[in-house]
Amino acid sequence: MGSFTLIALAIAAIAFSAGGILIAQIFVKKTTNIQKGEAYECGIPSEGTPYNQFNVGYYLFALIFLVFDVELVFMYPWAVVVKQTGLPALIEIIIFFFILFMGFLYAHKKGALKWM
Amino acid sequence: MISFEHITKWLQAWLNAHMSPILVLAVETVLIVILAIALFAVLGLVLVIMERRVAAFMQIRMGPNRVGPWGLLQSTADTVKLIMKESIVPTHADKFLFNLAPFIVMIAAMLILAPVNFAQRFHIWDLNIGILFITSISSISVIGILMGGWASSNKYSLLGAMRSGAQIVSYELSAGLSILTIIVLCGSLKVSDIIASQETGWWIFKGHIPAIVAFVIYLIAVTAETNRAPFDLAEAESELTAGFHSEYSGMRFALFFLAEYINIFIVCAVGATLFLGGWMPFHIGHLQGFNHVMDYIPSSIWFFGKTFFLIFVIMWFRWTFPRLRIDQLLNLEWKYLLPISMVNLLVMTVVAIYHLHF
Repeated sequence: MGSFTLIALAIAAIAFSAGGILIAQIFVKKTTNIQKGEAYECGIPSEGTPYNQFNVGYYLFALIFLVFDVELVFMYPWAVVVKQTGLPALIEIIIFFFILFMGFLYAHKKGALKWM
Repeated sequence: MISFEHITKWLQAWLNAHMSPILVLAVETVLIVILAIALFAVLGLVLVIMERRVAAFMQIRMGPNRVGPWGLLQSTADTVKLIMKESIVPTHADKFLFNLAPFIVMIAAMLILAPVNFAQRFHIWDLNIGILFITSISSISVIGILMGGWASSNKYSLLGAMRSGAQIVSYELSAGLSILTIIVLCGSLKVSDIIASQETGWWIFKGHIPAIVAFVIYLIAVTAETNRAPFDLAEAESELTAGFHSEYSGMRFALFFLAEYINIFIVCAVGATLFLGGWMPFHIGHLQGFNHVMDYIPSSIWFFGKTFFLIFVIMWFRWTFPRLRIDQLLNLEWKYLLPISMVNLLVMTVVAIYHLHF
């Protein structure tokens, strides 16, 4: 089987989810109520909109993640050939990790990994 | 002895003898789709009842034991109940994204099934970059979670989704690095090659200490990635009601719930494949008699046994450790697991280059 199966699987997932929701629609007894559509915040009426600015506090983690994730993508092909290449691959990855670790230490020293 | 391999071979031969190639492909695709959906449904039911029974076992109580024999039909009854429930869409919600989110999570969960080897030569599509495929698709589901949390127009959901995003994104790194330590050893991303390289022994036994360290890091990281306790900050009941899916109800909630359990199964299956040899039977060196006895157990039982053992371990975590705080969670990843797994990868590279492993 080829990449064709992936499309089939995606269609299967969509069919399964949509089928479940549609079957449920048949059995459900719908009731209407003014308060039913309100956001559930433990019974207290919702104050204002949730779409305002707030301090996420972990956007710096997301930035560091980007750096490391690109590194991971590079390392998959490296990991496949490391046994055939031998020592040069090890030296290269040590240099690579060293540069990466310097960046990591810099971020650490700057306080990016500290909880605000 | 009947195994999945024989069944698929027989079916392939029978179909080829009776139909044209295009029709064979169509019939096989339909069969795969049906099997995948069946696996989805059965896994969801089994894992929910297992979760509840394990929880009961840990807390010395009975657990569900009324519906069906030993309460085995409890999750089926729960599913019927969920079908009867109305699926409410909040008035202020972003309706399109709110409806789209469960679909994205489900598609991601379904696609990851493709490269997994369920038994000897029994898989949907054994592509040559299987492990990379699994890691890349599994990071899609975080988009669904963020989407669902954002579209709910609920502060708790939004906070839960944000936490979940930060957590999944962080722990992906050390999970990826610990997967890489095994890739370094076997030199292939293809799932069947990884399993074939463990014929003489599983990597956790052959790979010395680095493999064991990688296994432990992998278990911790995937527990965090699947948002399970002690890392269940995204849906911490006591602070965020139910996190990103607190506005979801009825079937839409069931889909999120199902995808969560399927994800647990998949990460455990990948862990079993990488570290515990997938469907490879347990062999001890040159003990011929013992090895022959082990070979008699079908490969599918080996695979599902190992996977369910890992699932049990992850459920065990839930009732052993208290929930972490968000800063402790991020500290654990960035200050401990990530440096440890980087050093571990270097050690494993040395082991692999100089053939120090068995």
